[in-house]
Amino acid sequence: MKSLAELQAIRDKMKGAINMREENGDKIRVVVGMATCGIAAGARPVLNKFTEEVAKRNLLNVSVTQTGCIGICQYEPVVEVFTPDGKKTTYVKMTPEKAVKVVADHLVNGNVVSEYTIGSVAK
Amino acid sequence: MPEVSLNVLDIVQNSVKANASLIEITILKNTQTKTLSVSIKDNGCGMTDEQVSRVIDPFYTTRTTRKVGLGVPFFKLSAELTGGSFSIESKVNVGTTVCAVYCYEHIDMMPLGDMAATMVSLVSVNPSIDFCYTYAVDDRSFTLDTREVRTILEGVPLNEPPVLSFISDFIKENEAELLKENEE
Repeated sequence: MKSLAELQAIRDKMKGAINMREENGDKIRVVVGMATCGIAAGARPVLNKFTEEVAKRNLLNVSVTQTGCIGICQYEPVVEVFTPDGKKTTYVKMTPEKAVKVVADHLVNGNVVSEYTIGSVAK
Repeated sequence: MPEVSLNVLDIVQNSVKANASLIEITILKNTQTKTLSVSIKDNGCGMTDEQVSRVIDPFYTTRTTRKVGLGVPFFKLSAELTGGSFSIESKVNVGTTVCAVYCYEHIDMMPLGDMAATMVSLVSVNPSIDFCYTYAVDDRSFTLDTREVRTILEGVPLNEPPVLSFISDFIKENEAELLKENEE
């Protein structure tokens, strides 16, 4: 059974790593829509997959956050990616599988996954 | 919503919007009365009596992007479909408590679902808010209180991946233990 004592070990291991993260300036922001429409459409596994993948690849320059309803409920789960160059990409009808590809192609390699964007889905 | 835990995630968003610093989520399963009560209590900005009376109306919302607000109506409906009940109490500058009671043997009862995933989602995007999650089956229970976690972590953020995976495992293991003993 897990006990809170295990957290002490995590704390001791993490303390050194945190400082590294703070020095990282240029951030990519991944914003997942978590209003009623998003949650009902499956935003929770999408959000958790992004968090998991970003952690697995140790992407110190990426933060995963949430927002409310942005008004395009029919395209939920919606994920917006803001890159340091000021660009915003809107991915729609996301799934955990698509999230893995967005992390690998867009967040790591800088290539927008065009087929998942609102521009190619909303025709 | 296919799971009660998704309703919880949705309702807690209201508490986050209300600038709560502490959100208490309590699930009580009573095997005598065959009820599952789910309550979400926050210390956010609260609502006026007028707002409380309108919040169960699907055509009432504070957001500006759409004209409907379905979070509370969905939660209420899901409980009432099982023959249960729903209540909401709020006081301006004190906070809001939302409580849904389900009759869990009813055919329209949804599964509780993945509460670990709900808590991980909430903590990962709201690392500065404290959550106190309790799951009780009759007189046995477990609690995950991020205030305790925060004290032990001494400044390490709650949304660090190893902390999130600890929270997920902690909830899953304790929940399994609680339900196992219940069957014996």
